[in-house]
Amino acid sequence: MQFGIFTVGDVTPDPTTGRTPTERERIKAMVAIASKAEEVGLDVFATGEHHNPPFVPSSPTTMLGYIAARTENLILSTSTTLITTNDPVKIAEDYAMLQHLADGRVDLMMGRGNTGPVYPWFGQDIREGINLAIENYALLRRLWREDVVDWEGKFRTPLQGFTSTPRPLDGVPPFVWHGSIRSPEIAEQAAYYGDGFFHNNIFWPADHTKRMVEFYRKRYAHYGHGTPEQAIVGLGGQVFMRRNSQDAVREFRPYFDNAPVYGHGPSLEDFTEQTPLTVGSPQQVIEKTLSFREYAGDYQRQLFLMDHAGLPLKTVLEQLDMLGEEVVPVLREEFAKGRPADVPEAPTHQSLLAGAEKEVVA
Amino acid sequence: MKLVVVSAGLSVPSSTRLLADRLAAAVGRHTPVDLEVVELRELAVEIAHNFTNGFAGRGLAAAQDAVAGADGLIVVTPVFSASYSGLFKSFFDVLDKDALAGKPVLIGATGGTGRHSLVLEHALRPLFAYLRAVVVPTAVYAASEDWGAEGLAERIERAAAELAALMPLAPRGAEETVVPFAEQLARLGGPAR
Repeated sequence: MQFGIFTVGDVTPDPTTGRTPTERERIKAMVAIASKAEEVGLDVFATGEHHNPPFVPSSPTTMLGYIAARTENLILSTSTTLITTNDPVKIAEDYAMLQHLADGRVDLMMGRGNTGPVYPWFGQDIREGINLAIENYALLRRLWREDVVDWEGKFRTPLQGFTSTPRPLDGVPPFVWHGSIRSPEIAEQAAYYGDGFFHNNIFWPADHTKRMVEFYRKRYAHYGHGTPEQAIVGLGGQVFMRRNSQDAVREFRPYFDNAPVYGHGPSLEDFTEQTPLTVGSPQQVIEKTLSFREYAGDYQRQLFLMDHAGLPLKTVLEQLDMLGEEVVPVLREEFAKGRPADVPEAPTHQSLLAGAEKEVVA
Repeated sequence: MKLVVVSAGLSVPSSTRLLADRLAAAVGRHTPVDLEVVELRELAVEIAHNFTNGFAGRGLAAAQDAVAGADGLIVVTPVFSASYSGLFKSFFDVLDKDALAGKPVLIGATGGTGRHSLVLEHALRPLFAYLRAVVVPTAVYAASEDWGAEGLAERIERAAAELAALMPLAPRGAEETVVPFAEQLARLGGPAR
């Protein structure tokens, strides 16, 4: 099972000091966080893609390419890549390039964005959101899998004799996850292709996540990729830890109360009770995370949100130390217990390459 | 059949709830009903949180499920500032937009004076038309003076009979369905690969 972190890349004032980091500071902090993730033995770093303030990561492959050069093992991913408003041709090129630079340590998560105006800003119509996700992704797959593409569709100018370069590393396209909170059409799309399905999970009660994941698993089996239990599932999570759980609550509360998205809403206590957010000791984080399996089944990837709401870099790095040293080793051990042998690991470049070579031999 | 009452009355006891109960009892005289009452006052905080965090807490989710699974609805609000109350509107703002499609709904309102009675026609009926509910022709308004006058009982009976007649036609909640992917792709004119 893979463990990692995903970042939204928000520039938020620290509510305890009132200080807002500069964009440069935030971007460099994201790089420091990714480096720390590798140092403490995490598997994945994923960055969001946003085109509006207060977010900085508009250019994910620039950032991931830089991180790739400073890491050895970390898988670089997105959370999410806007399949709706980016040109699929540019996604095909950018991420194939990144694959080569990162020696295959790349996958992507497709999503539709967090703000309505991003559609018109990029010349698209929000009412076509699902259709854009479907058509653009179908084209992206072809660009990675066919050397020469003739293509015509509804949303983009046609292509004649087009070759996307560079070709995917070793002829193996990056593995793709599809992220969706509430659209069964996206779970259906993931299932159809046998791709991964990621539920952000963090702002939602368990029964909602459970329904979406169950639907994806059922459709994955329907399309003949394996049993429902073999479908490739990822989940989000959100934690803040201190040795003593009261200290964690005291320190995190001002960040929670003023957080973008859920700040000024329900109490920290209600929110931790109803969603995967855990604020407490490492042991509490372990227990809560292990409970995700009860509603999502044995799954492949767990990403934590660790660095938002204005938390200072120093604090985030301390959190990652605890996550990597105290939490994840226990999670690896516990999640492995009782995990059926035929539940696969998340695909990586190596495993996809081995699969492709086997196919050629057969 | 399942009848759900949504009452936005705030005081206890409330004349809004009183009207809602009278309407529900009248429907029950026309057809056997399994009655569930949703008091929005008890859900006020969860409704506010739904706006800020995007999901319904347990009590609100249960109320939303009840409404979505009803064969008929009775919705009653006090008149505030020439319209339905903000709490009443907020409950429907955070309800799934398709939850009321095709559902028979009886609308009612209460107020201190009869001068606000057209709130039913000018505010509630368009709201439920937008939500694609089937609103019964008779809407029932009860001003303070109506509780001591003739006429209210007859209007309640007529509206209840109209709702009872429509309830067997309510659409049954279907399981979450999705267009099979190949079909979705074909609609865009591209081949599935």
